[in-house]
Amino acid sequence: MSVATPGSPNSHGNVNSVLTIDSAIVDAIVAHARRDHPDEACGVVAGPIGSDLPTRLIPMDNAARSMTFYEFDSMEQLRVWREMDDNDEEPVVIYHSHTATEAYPSRTDISFAGEPGAHYVLVSTRESDSEEIRSFRIVDGVVTEEEINIVDATVDA
Amino acid sequence: MAIEVRVPTILRSYTGGAKTVEGAGETLSALIDDLDAKHNGLKGRLITPEGGLHRFVNIYVNDEDVRFLGALDAKLSDGDSITILPAVAGGALGFAAAAALLGSSPANRPAAALVPTEG
Repeated sequence: MSVATPGSPNSHGNVNSVLTIDSAIVDAIVAHARRDHPDEACGVVAGPIGSDLPTRLIPMDNAARSMTFYEFDSMEQLRVWREMDDNDEEPVVIYHSHTATEAYPSRTDISFAGEPGAHYVLVSTRESDSEEIRSFRIVDGVVTEEEINIVDATVDA
Repeated sequence: MAIEVRVPTILRSYTGGAKTVEGAGETLSALIDDLDAKHNGLKGRLITPEGGLHRFVNIYVNDEDVRFLGALDAKLSDGDSITILPAVAGGALGFAAAAALLGSSPANRPAAALVPTEG
């Protein structure tokens, strides 16, 4: 469980212009993407409702098992979304990998983006020795890139 | 006949912000018509112009995906609980190809252009 605190606000009223996320969670997302490469990997990071802080990583099955497409299994999704409800959590981050292209939302990503409150994190694993990680808001078809503030919670442990 | 329907964030603009609403109907199709009468426009987000369930949402009756229960013909009973969730999907694949993979015509999607690897 992360004990990270949000970084200093550097925007004017838009609390969502930065994704603050624990380095251990970022590492786990990257590891998941590497593990499933060359298929796309996908998952959720839940956090307390209203906190905008991702704390609980939930790697999901890619039901499409594809190098160019991902899809949550609908029954797994129902179970995970109910679990979040029971824990007073929401999907703070929805992540997936692109395995041969850049970490930028495709038109397909934009069309499907159905959680206006979530940070959409994309990881590109096209380079074998480095990862590109970027975060976006996708609301009503409009993509806005945001900074990622990676914090190291272990210093407080 | 009261059926509770849980509405995801993205569709709450149709329900005045309400997280759950009530409706009635002996089938999912009838329930959606009933909901649309009270929350104008909701139907268009759940059903395609061709009359099929939209791929952008998952609808569940109690614990089951309605696609396994006859989709719009799924029978409903008093006390059933309906959950609507946004389908979570995407990927580097171009939109038209993705739509084809999902077994639905790209014609009813927004911006259905052929973009092979837009990543």
